[in-house]
Amino acid sequence: MGLERVFADGPAFVPYVAAGDPSYEESLEYVEALERGGADVIELGLPFSEPIAEGSTIQEAVVRSLEAGMTPDRYFEFVEDLDVDVPLVCMTYYNLVAQYTNDETGERGPRAFAERAAEVGIEGFVVVDLPAEEAGPLREACDEFGLDLVFIIAPTTKGDRLEQMREHVSGYVYVQARLGVTGAREDVSDQTEESLARVADWDVPKAVGFGIKTGEHAERIVAAGADGIIVGSALVDIIAAGADGEYPFTETAQRLESKARELKEGALAGAEKRAATEQSD
Amino acid sequence: MSENHEFGAFGGRHVPEPMQEPLAQLADAFETVAKTDEFREEFRSILSTYAGRPTPIYHAENLSERYGAEIYLKREDLLHGGAHKINNAVGQALMAEKAGKSRIIAETGAGQHGTATAMVGALFDLDTEIYMGAKDVERQRMNVFRMRLMGAEVNEVTRGGAGLADAVDAALEDFVENVDDTHYLVGSVVGPDPFPRMVREFQSVIGREAREQFLERTGELPDAAVACVGGGSNAIGLFHAFRDDDVAFYGGEGGGEGSDSDRHAAPLDDGHEDVIHGMKTRVIDDDTEVHSVSAGLDYPGVGPEHAMFREMGRAEYRAITDDEALAAFRALSEDEGIIPALETAHGLAMAKRVAEETDHETILVNLSGRGDKDMETAAEQFDLS
Repeated sequence: MGLERVFADGPAFVPYVAAGDPSYEESLEYVEALERGGADVIELGLPFSEPIAEGSTIQEAVVRSLEAGMTPDRYFEFVEDLDVDVPLVCMTYYNLVAQYTNDETGERGPRAFAERAAEVGIEGFVVVDLPAEEAGPLREACDEFGLDLVFIIAPTTKGDRLEQMREHVSGYVYVQARLGVTGAREDVSDQTEESLARVADWDVPKAVGFGIKTGEHAERIVAAGADGIIVGSALVDIIAAGADGEYPFTETAQRLESKARELKEGALAGAEKRAATEQSD
Repeated sequence: MSENHEFGAFGGRHVPEPMQEPLAQLADAFETVAKTDEFREEFRSILSTYAGRPTPIYHAENLSERYGAEIYLKREDLLHGGAHKINNAVGQALMAEKAGKSRIIAETGAGQHGTATAMVGALFDLDTEIYMGAKDVERQRMNVFRMRLMGAEVNEVTRGGAGLADAVDAALEDFVENVDDTHYLVGSVVGPDPFPRMVREFQSVIGREAREQFLERTGELPDAAVACVGGGSNAIGLFHAFRDDDVAFYGGEGGGEGSDSDRHAAPLDDGHEDVIHGMKTRVIDDDTEVHSVSAGLDYPGVGPEHAMFREMGRAEYRAITDDEALAAFRALSEDEGIIPALETAHGLAMAKRVAEETDHETILVNLSGRGDKDMETAAEQFDLS
């Protein structure tokens, strides 16, 4: 059983950060702080220089990480250096997957990338710009090395694309709560229930993301039926403020941990609320 | 999804899921709206009465003597706005209007496409926002003023290299965020499907006219068709009508300091296959800094159809250095009294190479734009003040 297992015992909290943001060493601490705060799976971004549809928060994280020297090979070392027990998912762009070359064998492409990822302990991928109809080679590589392949469904996803994703998806499905670019919001979308309804009969857990910023948001999303919540920008904002010198590095880690705890507790509260509603029905 | 693969192994729709549906809708609209006789007639009429089509072809005899082959120029520099960009802008604005969009956005490098977009924004009464790298705002100030005067908002992009690629990123993000009321008026044959084939459709008027004019003028087809290639829309626009003819195609890329240097914008001459801006195509290598003396060619990728033409051997592409382009810029100005855009000068320099290195006797060059916007660079380079 792959990533699905982490959703089995209640709502999962899935944080995202870019590996190596703002530096290799600091980032190791931050990822570990997220685990302490209650992360169930961590989406660890492998930064790409030409991201599409990311808000400024994530874009700037990507720039900080790249400027600090992050590369795919360095990323895999980073994962090896991490001292965490929760599963890690590599979130990236297809360019880096397709261009990846195994220096020893000379093999290039999705299989080489998946092999190396599995070797360092990655359990799955989210490749944001990989259309489902072109996912075949990566799906095969994931099967070969026992990895999950997560897809993102948007409020506009329908028809053939929805069916193709259903066919290829494993681990969990990333349900994007609204249209637009990534970024923390003051309010979360009301499209959550609608979006969840479209994947209700899929046999993978449904994790909802995009714009979640507070424990209260997390609670509402889980109460609306999500099996997990994905939070990126609200955490990266903390790292960004730390990188800007607003507070020292140890405090950044503490703030991440307590933000993680707030989100996880929100998710748990949402699950209780849902259970109560279901009982009263 | 066969339309996604019309450029062989290149092209496609490599974008995050939220952009898939809007692009699918745009592709449908393109197939159903833009290919009707009614649309084509309206398009033709605006190009004729507003943009100044048809443009002539001109036999540049003085330049022919200098280069040693018969050079014919397709005078797209005479169009409204001073470049071929208006063809595409009119086509797409018409599509946006038919689709009920109230707002258009665009990226621009040299400012030519931004200017064309500002024109059609005014013409069709659409809110218009232009993304332009801060580096380009600085070196193309006149176009910034022109855009603003026509009512467009010019958004200065400071991220990354503050160039064309960064402006494309910013525009794509705006499009994702505002897809309900906004049409992204892409300026070249780049980006995810359907943009490359849509822009080709609207630019292919160049080659259709030129083919007919050349035949009428000489009784034959040219031996070679030549154009500069940044994203590659003026080149595709010229080539498309000749694709089944025995006419050789040559493209001059922004070669910067040379394709063996680490500062150029010539992914066809010296690059690798990659995914960028939603398409699979050729891109310059990571250790190369994207650079060209011409802002409009200063782009790390290229239209997927050019990548396909290169692979098939249908067209040849060469990196034209800044120095070669500047020499051609000066040559056309002195010999013919026509000041080309710096982008276009790369096509002229390519024609010079074709004249010198091949036995082609008649060469049709797309004179894609005029050089008024480049006078400050020229004044510096040639000590004109």
